[in-house]
Amino acid sequence: MINQSAPAVSFINISRHFGDVRAVDGVSLDILDGEFFTLLGPSGSGKTTCLRLIAGFERPDTGSILLHGKNVSRLPPYEREVNTVFQDYALFPHMSVGENIAYGLMIKKVPKAERLKQVDETLDLVRLPGLSQRKPAQLSGGQRQRVALARALINRPRVLLLDEPLGALDLKLRQQMQIELKAIQQRVGITFVYVTHDQEEALTMSDRLAVFNAGKIEQVGTPAEIYERPMTPFVAGFVGISNLISGEPARKITGSPESFSIRPEKVHIVPPDTQTSPEMFAADGHVRDVIYLGLYTRYLVELDGGGDLVVIEQNLKTTSMDVLSTRGQRVRLLWQCNQISRLG
Amino acid sequence: MATTSTSPSGGIPAQAVRPSLGNRLSTFLYTHPGVVLLLLLGPPLVWMVVVYLGSLLMLLLNSFYHLDGFTGLIVRQLTLQTYRDLLTRSNLDIVVRTARMALAVTLVDAVLAFPISYYMSRFASQRVKAFLYLAVVLPLWSSYLVRVYSWKLILAKEGILSWFLTQVHLDGLVNGLLKLPGIGGSSLSVSPIGMLIVFTYVWLPYMILPIQAALERLPKAFLEASSDLGARPFHTFWYVTLPLVFPGVVAGSIFTFSLTLGDFIIPTALGNSSYFIGQVVLAHQGTSGNIPLAAAFTMIPIVIMILYLLGAKKLGAFDAL
Repeated sequence: MINQSAPAVSFINISRHFGDVRAVDGVSLDILDGEFFTLLGPSGSGKTTCLRLIAGFERPDTGSILLHGKNVSRLPPYEREVNTVFQDYALFPHMSVGENIAYGLMIKKVPKAERLKQVDETLDLVRLPGLSQRKPAQLSGGQRQRVALARALINRPRVLLLDEPLGALDLKLRQQMQIELKAIQQRVGITFVYVTHDQEEALTMSDRLAVFNAGKIEQVGTPAEIYERPMTPFVAGFVGISNLISGEPARKITGSPESFSIRPEKVHIVPPDTQTSPEMFAADGHVRDVIYLGLYTRYLVELDGGGDLVVIEQNLKTTSMDVLSTRGQRVRLLWQCNQISRLG
Repeated sequence: MATTSTSPSGGIPAQAVRPSLGNRLSTFLYTHPGVVLLLLLGPPLVWMVVVYLGSLLMLLLNSFYHLDGFTGLIVRQLTLQTYRDLLTRSNLDIVVRTARMALAVTLVDAVLAFPISYYMSRFASQRVKAFLYLAVVLPLWSSYLVRVYSWKLILAKEGILSWFLTQVHLDGLVNGLLKLPGIGGSSLSVSPIGMLIVFTYVWLPYMILPIQAALERLPKAFLEASSDLGARPFHTFWYVTLPLVFPGVVAGSIFTFSLTLGDFIIPTALGNSSYFIGQVVLAHQGTSGNIPLAAAFTMIPIVIMILYLLGAKKLGAFDAL
């Protein structure tokens, strides 16, 4: 549930440099209360630095950071009502799981009985009941990840920061944890700020996301907006496959040399003499490469007018033998005019 | 053996080259990793077991022999007589005195070394850190005796420290300290206080380096996590840094404790007439030729260190390793 009152986190023209490197370059952002917000981008794009700025491990060089309207730019981490789940969990090896989770409460001098009760409740929340006596070294990666989550959640922060927490897990576990994290967020109702370089993860879990590149934000929006209507070539290429056509090849298809991008699953691959219609764009070419991927097939089509398009089609009727034999064939590509994104 | 043949299909010829001695040797070593281990560890192990442990055991074996007071010769028969001679009041005083000094030196060194190590690992820039490393290790390049006697000169009544203290009117305090029984003496350079000062100085590098190594190994993420969970810097130090660095402190303390237990040069140079274990061992071995008794005295620091390590393990000093 998303609250429309004061933003949970506000960045107002934040910059942070390390020597000559502008890690974060004039970033402004509002993260709403109760939403699952993802900072997405390649390595070195500034997303982790932004997260650390919210947590307080870095100070901004310019600009201010507001948490629920309060300026926290100069406050140390222990005075901010945020908690972090670290990339490699950072569980204290000399304490048991229970002591790790209760650490924040212990610092606040919560009485022992109350601490134990809350530890048990939080362990239930992250679905690790009964493990409070173990040491972190005795746990699997997935279990440690949940302990790190529990250690942060037990303090009831208003904002939870997660720094690529699923990176070390294998695919199946990661997909399962994505669903669980989303469920926990919706149950507990707090704002999650999530950093990842995995665009699929970002699209799966977020209410909204920001795409970072070289210290700046290129686009902010819902997963659908980012995917269907990318506003820059970088966003088109980073999230999904970009299929960027510009210049003369673009003019032959759309009548204007302006660059555009079309998502691969929106393109229909049909025989060369298929009827076109006014609300569709058409391009002829031949199939340069075919990759069969079980669920779908990926075609790389070289267009007669110049450029390539990647087309993805679900294997509803075909078998691998059929699709692989299309290599080299002449085809027509059709897609709806209103589904392209103009990138200027 | 040495054949050259072409494959039936007429493609790439298959050549079997006779393996050279070097090839055969390296193949043998590759398939017999145990032999490699033996070759690598063999020489140091021989040195360790035969030369070091062997000679140590021979010495300790002597503690079970007995010196015939009449002939002055060692009677090589196993007996506990020497140990009975050892456990007299005056001998036990020596042991207690030495152990107390070792403990004091360990504590003072730990307290002195920690801030230095902390600064070196957490705050010093690369250049300052390199400089400090050098500064800590540099004294070890000079002769031990030179350092000890330099301190004796510094601490002497006519020495520079005494002059400085007079200038700042603290000489009354020092004189008061020197009047204290048990640790005082006629001057700083001939007193247990002086010995403590010199001991802490000479063993300080051995305490700094393990602590500094332990601090370097502490991941910064732990400190950030602690701070993130609401702990102020002191609490982070107390609950996270100190327990995780403690094995480094224990490692350093092993040095300071055992080195002090066995030392005889500093007690000789700066001590009064009350003996330390090292001096006693030297005296018995040298002048009176009472090797069994000297060996028995040598046993004592070994036993103390074994008990110390067991105690440290019990207290969890090695848990975080």
